[in-house]
Amino acid sequence: MKELRLMKGNEAMAEAMIRAGYDGYFGYPITPQSEVMEYLQAERPMERTGMVVLQAESEVASINMLYGGAGSGKNVVTSSSSPGISLMQEGLSYIAGAELPCLVINVQRGGPGLGDIQPAQADYFQAVKGGGHGDYKLIVIAPASVQESSDFVKLALELSNKYRNPVMILTDGAIGQMMEKVELFPHQPRWTIEEIKEKKPWATFGKPADGERRIITSLDLLPEKLEAHNTHLQEKYRTIEKNEVRYEEIMCEDAEYIFVAYGLASRICQKTIQLLRDKGIKVGIVRPITLYPFPKDILKSYASKVKGFFVVEMNAGQMVEDVQLAVECKEKVGFYGRTGGVLPTPEEVMEAFEKSFK
Amino acid sequence: MYTELIKPENLVYTKTKVMTDKELSYCPGCGHGTAHRIIMEVIEEMGIQGETIGVAPVGCSVLAYEFMNIDVQQAAHGRAPALATAIKRLWPEKYVFTYQGDGDLAAIGTAETIHACNRGENIVIVFINNGIYGMTGGQMAPTTLPNMKSSTSPYGRDEVEMGHPLKMTELVANLPGVYYVTRQAVHKPGHVRKAKKAIRKAFENTAKKTGVSFVEIVSNCNSGWKMRPTDANQWMEDNMFPYYQLGDIKVDGLFVNK
Amino acid sequence: MAKVKGVIVVDTERCKGCEVCIPVCPVNVIAMSPKVNGKGYNYMEQIAEACTGCSNCAVVCPDGVITVYRSK
Repeated sequence: MKELRLMKGNEAMAEAMIRAGYDGYFGYPITPQSEVMEYLQAERPMERTGMVVLQAESEVASINMLYGGAGSGKNVVTSSSSPGISLMQEGLSYIAGAELPCLVINVQRGGPGLGDIQPAQADYFQAVKGGGHGDYKLIVIAPASVQESSDFVKLALELSNKYRNPVMILTDGAIGQMMEKVELFPHQPRWTIEEIKEKKPWATFGKPADGERRIITSLDLLPEKLEAHNTHLQEKYRTIEKNEVRYEEIMCEDAEYIFVAYGLASRICQKTIQLLRDKGIKVGIVRPITLYPFPKDILKSYASKVKGFFVVEMNAGQMVEDVQLAVECKEKVGFYGRTGGVLPTPEEVMEAFEKSFK
Repeated sequence: MYTELIKPENLVYTKTKVMTDKELSYCPGCGHGTAHRIIMEVIEEMGIQGETIGVAPVGCSVLAYEFMNIDVQQAAHGRAPALATAIKRLWPEKYVFTYQGDGDLAAIGTAETIHACNRGENIVIVFINNGIYGMTGGQMAPTTLPNMKSSTSPYGRDEVEMGHPLKMTELVANLPGVYYVTRQAVHKPGHVRKAKKAIRKAFENTAKKTGVSFVEIVSNCNSGWKMRPTDANQWMEDNMFPYYQLGDIKVDGLFVNK
Repeated sequence: MAKVKGVIVVDTERCKGCEVCIPVCPVNVIAMSPKVNGKGYNYMEQIAEACTGCSNCAVVCPDGVITVYRSK
């Protein structure tokens, strides 16, 4: 029996955390995503599934609670918005270095600095190129609807554990705040202690009587050892790039031009390409779902078939660089973006496209 | 020497198995080694080696997990209380403690320390206070004494410029979430034995879910203070102890009036 | 000669010559050896038999290099 609800993106993600079987959520209030923790506290998941929910004193504390929880073998999650995610960058680097599976949700808002509380996509570089120190990668997934917001919370638990790597859901204030119909997935049980022991023997939940004690650390004072660890990380990232790319193709079969946009921007573009098709211009959209690993190959495959690409983002131009790299700068790649949390209209995107490809 | 006595049944003291056999990286005479050992002895005596998770800081004791034969996580500088909070809430039956220096706990980690204490987490916080940043080469810390020289207060800490030494222990003692607060030392046998009792009491408290047990150990830093260990211990008695007075401050949730 | 009560065994290779133990021996039977260990540290050794096995030295040793025996 389908469980259908009308929910805000933030609330759908919170409900999904409980249903996906997360053991703990540690967070801090920040607009536009405070509903996540508000919903969780109201639901009292400790009684529903035994899930711990704790409000921390800062985002710095939250991400380090995540580190401790994940390092002890539990499936843990936090959510915040752009300024808060900036405070979490040190923690994310440690988590990536120590290879701890967890989920961090960034409900982006206008920046830089205090910015505003409108939706934006200006944290793309921070998310996919790494905002913390050192060579590391987060698996970054971008929902474009409340439905995907819920589903990707469950996907994140699987991917983070599959690769022992932090996962980031990169969404924005609009998707977080708007209400849409969502089909909720059935409850997944939290991992038992036996499952943790079996799947995460490296975790620190008490030295086994008959085994070595475990250490969670990202410290390696011998450069050769740290390099060997980095080599291992890079091999893992190559594997992720090979196996976990996700994207959606919308009306690309006969497309002369391809729009490239993710999340909210991709929804605006869907209206734009209808307007253009009404004028007889065949345009499609490739919507990256994983921002890391970035869907390079599919874009490259269209390079010879289309007259050009047009990237639309709610920032000053970030993913556009990855699109240019994907087509090795051999194809024309136009760009249109609005910053500061301003939402572009489908019409202005169309005009920008037409001007760019006159 | 009289070696006939060397028989297992005559054994009265040896290094606990809950310490690894790795050589300690600490400077000769540094109190860290002693502090590590008495915690591990308590863990051995309580039979909780498989139930305890330690959280090490950034500082000289960042390598604590090399020497402690228990599960340990190494935290970012100052964040140990946040890690410990999550571990304890997710594994309520385990014993969780942080082991932190004064730079870690009283400078960068002030917020994490105060809020873990204010929430009354059922953890033990072991706070090694040697009034200086040791690992990075002897810089001034919030706990550096007035007029005390360091590499970043080469003419002595100027209280007008840099404020007064921060008594984190007295600060957290005021928080209702903190159940047991004591200040100990490990430079003499009597002090070591008392410090060990305090740590034992702290660990036993966590089983009773009574909130934070906060054990400060005033210690030396021979390389940072630029003194021989025995001189440093004397200097500590003459200068650190008057400011950081030893003894219980709060027991079973109640202030100990001196 | 009074019955000897205690004796200590020192892991001289691990002693760092910090001398923190020297002043705590109630019967002054320990001292720094003129010899050095593999790291060049003078190490501590027992120099007289009057050890009572009180373990003061062992308890205060930061590197835990002293093992103490006492006759029952």
